[in-house]
Amino acid sequence: MGLERKIDQPFFKEVGEISRFTARFFREVTKPKQEWDEFINQCYWIGYKALTLVSITAFIMGLVLTIQSRPTLVEFGAAALLPSMVSVSLVREISPVITALICAGKIGSGIGAELGSMRVTEQIDAMEVSGTNPFKYLVVTRVLAATVMVPILSSLAIGISLYGGYLGTNIRGEVSWTLYVYQAYDALSYGDFLPSIIKTIFFGFAIGIVGCYKGYTSQKGTEGVGRSATTAVIVASLLVFILDLIAVQVVDILGLT
Amino acid sequence: MESEDPIIQVSNLNKSFGENHVLRDFTLSLSKGENLVILGKSGSGKSVLIKCIIRLIEPDSGEIIVLGQDISDLDQDEMDQLRANVGFLFQSNALYDSMTVRQNLEFPLRRHWTKEERAEKAESAVIQALEDVGLGHTIDMMPIELSGGMRKRIALARTLILRPKIILYDEPTTGLDPITAREISDLMNSIQKKYNTAAIIISHDLNCIRMTGNRIIMLIEGRNYAEGTMDELMKNEDPKVKDFFE
Repeated sequence: MGLERKIDQPFFKEVGEISRFTARFFREVTKPKQEWDEFINQCYWIGYKALTLVSITAFIMGLVLTIQSRPTLVEFGAAALLPSMVSVSLVREISPVITALICAGKIGSGIGAELGSMRVTEQIDAMEVSGTNPFKYLVVTRVLAATVMVPILSSLAIGISLYGGYLGTNIRGEVSWTLYVYQAYDALSYGDFLPSIIKTIFFGFAIGIVGCYKGYTSQKGTEGVGRSATTAVIVASLLVFILDLIAVQVVDILGLT
Repeated sequence: MESEDPIIQVSNLNKSFGENHVLRDFTLSLSKGENLVILGKSGSGKSVLIKCIIRLIEPDSGEIIVLGQDISDLDQDEMDQLRANVGFLFQSNALYDSMTVRQNLEFPLRRHWTKEERAEKAESAVIQALEDVGLGHTIDMMPIELSGGMRKRIALARTLILRPKIILYDEPTTGLDPITAREISDLMNSIQKKYNTAAIIISHDLNCIRMTGNRIIMLIEGRNYAEGTMDELMKNEDPKVKDFFE
């Protein structure tokens, strides 16, 4: 009875349901006849939706990080290390995580609201009775698109934030573009880029699967749609931090730092 | 109406949601070319019944045979093939609101027609289905641009595009004004004549039932409570049946 009551807790139910949903994703993605046209369409929309916001945020991040780090480094007589420090911070941690959080807000909520609305207006049921597999058409395409596009957006954010860092460096000093790039990339290795890209693949997957799960299982009319969108953002953002924590530990254990 | 083996046979169907027993040993049969109306109060399980028939909802027990196939024995692929022969008109219409009317109608074809077939015949099939419902000019419009009655017709055109043998109508006239409701009822009759479809119609609109139904089943307390033509049921002295017609 005690165990039964514990399992009945909404949190455990939710974890169980989302695990089943994820397992179904892996079953469906390995079956033949994928909806490639819809996948390309979703890649376009996910990239297009988040591109402007990611670009602006990345630029500001690079600029602000440089401006705020400079006084401390100057105090220790290490101003020359500014490009190296900024580039390592941006590549390893700040750009991937901030990009993922923006995508959790923009893409996760968008998917949650779209699928939630389709669920409560019976559009998903209509797909099913027409013989189309709505899971494959709606969920698999969106999760794959998010998994592909978040690393691309993150890579773009790294490039733009480094440019922001260059401008930030030049506000109080004078460093040529060539020297800045040399110093920034000299401090970086594959051990910085690779984990950064790999973890954004997991971030993208988490954002896609949570958004789709919340939308696909939406209930209770328009109120449910709103709740799906909101909880998709909250859960996806939390998962981004949890995955980041795991990624840091794995990278540390593997000695890639 | 032709009298042959039933094309839908539902036997001893049971479905509960928690403590709420929606269907209790419910039984019905539908013959080819017949329009069968299921009449019952809101929340009596009418929509659940037709969703069980198309397997959008899994029943707890009972047998459902559609076009000679026990649907509980079918895998997903076989069920999808069967669904091509069973159209479903949703109460909410369920048009894909991010797609044009043309894309809405083409959508069911993607699963049942090859790419070559779609390239060759989809355009004419869409135009034919739209002409059947009298809305050929809406082909490139978005659902949001259409009135309630037009959306219902487009949803019906989407149902017709695969030329189903059976159509399940879930409250086809609910929310429509009396004139539009009558037009939809007329349209349902003309479709039945043109394509010789059979239909199960969920409704509590007595005008629609009178115009379209050959036979009526009253779903009360989850059971097949009374059955007959409109005239027969109107003469029924059972208080629960009389309630509907007074």
